[in-house]
Amino acid sequence: MDMQVAKKKLGLKERYAVMTRGLDWTPSYQKMEDIYPYMAYEGIKIHDWDKWEDPFRLTMDSYWKYQAEKERKLYAIIDAFAQNNGHLNVTDARYINTLKLFISGISPLEYVAHRGFAHAGRAFPGAGPRVACLMQSLDEIRHAQTQVHAISNYNKYYNGMHDFHHMHDRVWFLSVPKSFFDDAITAGPFEFMVSIGFSFEYVLTNLLFVPFVSGAAYNGDMGTMTFGFSAQSDEARHMTLGLEVIKFILEQDPANVPIVQRWIDKWTWRGYRVLTLVAMMMDYMLPKRTMSWKEAWEVYFEENGGALFKDLARYGITMPKCAEQIALEKDHLSHQAWSTFYNYAAAANFHTWMPDEDEMTWLSSKYPESFDKLYRPRYEFWREQAAKGNRFYSKTLPMLCQTCQIPMVFTEPGEPTKICYREVDYKGDKYHFCSDPCKQIFEHEPEKYIQAWLPVQQIYQGNCFPEGTDPTVEGFDALAAVLKYYNLENGRDNLDFDISEDKKNFAEWRGQATKNI
Amino acid sequence: MAVAAVSKYEFAAADSQDKFHGAQLLFIGWEDHLLFCAPFAFPFPPAMRFGDVVAGPMQAAFGYHPDFAQIDWAKVEWLKSGKPFAPDFDKSLAENGLRHKDVIRFRTPGLNGIKGSCS
Repeated sequence: MDMQVAKKKLGLKERYAVMTRGLDWTPSYQKMEDIYPYMAYEGIKIHDWDKWEDPFRLTMDSYWKYQAEKERKLYAIIDAFAQNNGHLNVTDARYINTLKLFISGISPLEYVAHRGFAHAGRAFPGAGPRVACLMQSLDEIRHAQTQVHAISNYNKYYNGMHDFHHMHDRVWFLSVPKSFFDDAITAGPFEFMVSIGFSFEYVLTNLLFVPFVSGAAYNGDMGTMTFGFSAQSDEARHMTLGLEVIKFILEQDPANVPIVQRWIDKWTWRGYRVLTLVAMMMDYMLPKRTMSWKEAWEVYFEENGGALFKDLARYGITMPKCAEQIALEKDHLSHQAWSTFYNYAAAANFHTWMPDEDEMTWLSSKYPESFDKLYRPRYEFWREQAAKGNRFYSKTLPMLCQTCQIPMVFTEPGEPTKICYREVDYKGDKYHFCSDPCKQIFEHEPEKYIQAWLPVQQIYQGNCFPEGTDPTVEGFDALAAVLKYYNLENGRDNLDFDISEDKKNFAEWRGQATKNI
Repeated sequence: MAVAAVSKYEFAAADSQDKFHGAQLLFIGWEDHLLFCAPFAFPFPPAMRFGDVVAGPMQAAFGYHPDFAQIDWAKVEWLKSGKPFAPDFDKSLAENGLRHKDVIRFRTPGLNGIKGSCS
């Protein structure tokens, strides 16, 4: 007679082992270096992949179950937000410009991160990092999707978001985040993991993700806030993975230390330059501020990052040198960035404006060393001119940095009235940089950065007009042609907030929702 | 240093002069006038007269600033790649030794921005 024997359930640890490392095998008729061709060329030496400590004991089956539950909740709230005209609850319509910046500048990076982690995961012979990369790759594509869904509710009512992926590949300032990520995914798998996994996700994420999500919370945007909370558990996992990657690589071989240090130096700087956009968002674009950029940098980088690098000192890793320069820039970064977008408001997919009197007072109190002396006179002049119908729109294209692709707006360290110029001659041509770190990054790999798709250079080569445009006809309007190429409508998606359809519509709709008109 | 790569890694620069249909790029910055957030980039034919650059495109790009109309061009100090430079207004860009992607700056003594703020 058959005896019914209850099947023994696997314990968590065994289950994890079976579902991850147990799925790995050793090839018998193919060489390891043929299967994993990208493991050696970056110079990183790994002796024992089994030393990898899995930061999260999460298996794929529980991943799906857990994420599906989270997303059911998220979409319920996004639906409620849409049905209740949640967009009319934000502090004021200027806030929506942060969402335009986010959807066209950041969400497309989530998608590229998805591809990057898929590629890195495939490249690693170790089963542990491969599974961790697989999960992060899935997280990133989910984040891209949920962001698009959450922000699409705003796209129904407001301008500038209608073709964010098209713009991401074309609009001048979006080449800054785009080229940052392109630089990372075209590096080898180890550099990718240090650049995105560690420098971006671990060291800098609190300065990107948290300001947007807390900005949403402070400004009454329940949809975006809920997305942020939903992604938080994933972000915690990404941070842990980033740190584990670094520790694992450093412990494997002392020869890895200088290579990793160079990557940390490079990617902390590259990431910081991208955060220029966040700095101005925090200090200028959120009607209800959370904290100043300077305060955020001090808390999240100088204090938290300082502790991290103290911890990494035992491996021989030191604080990136650029931190000293960043400390000198923190009184100026957001103001220089906002001035830039005020200059070029005719060519962006969001609106800019001059801060009102209360906001100027807030800025002086947060930046007592710099605001009243250097930036207030500029803004007061612009405000007076705008009141006279002479709002400043720069119509001449700016000079760009070859590495970070940001216009050359940054000033000499410690000399905030002098633009910082750096240049290098390479193979008979000149290349220009906004700073010493951007110059050093170029000098290390000039062959890579001479290929940069600099929007200004591309416009002047005639590559940024709709097909069939003849730029030689008399009276050719280059800006109009470039806006068409960007799929932006002049006078609707760009220019000053004060004259925008967004401002007018928001006031009207909110009026209908709150008054008897 | 060279790029670490799995095979030969050689690509053309994306902004070499041959791609600009006969023009060359010139970058021009105005010292102590950060109302203009960055130096400007211009595509000019190498045969263009330097004086025409000042009177035409520079006037159009910088003319918004109230200081611009007050510039005494005889007193302006020029820099090319950070070193003193004495352009001849009657000669062409090429004759003035300006090549593709050169950067020049000008300083206007006595004029230093809105309320002296270097804006």
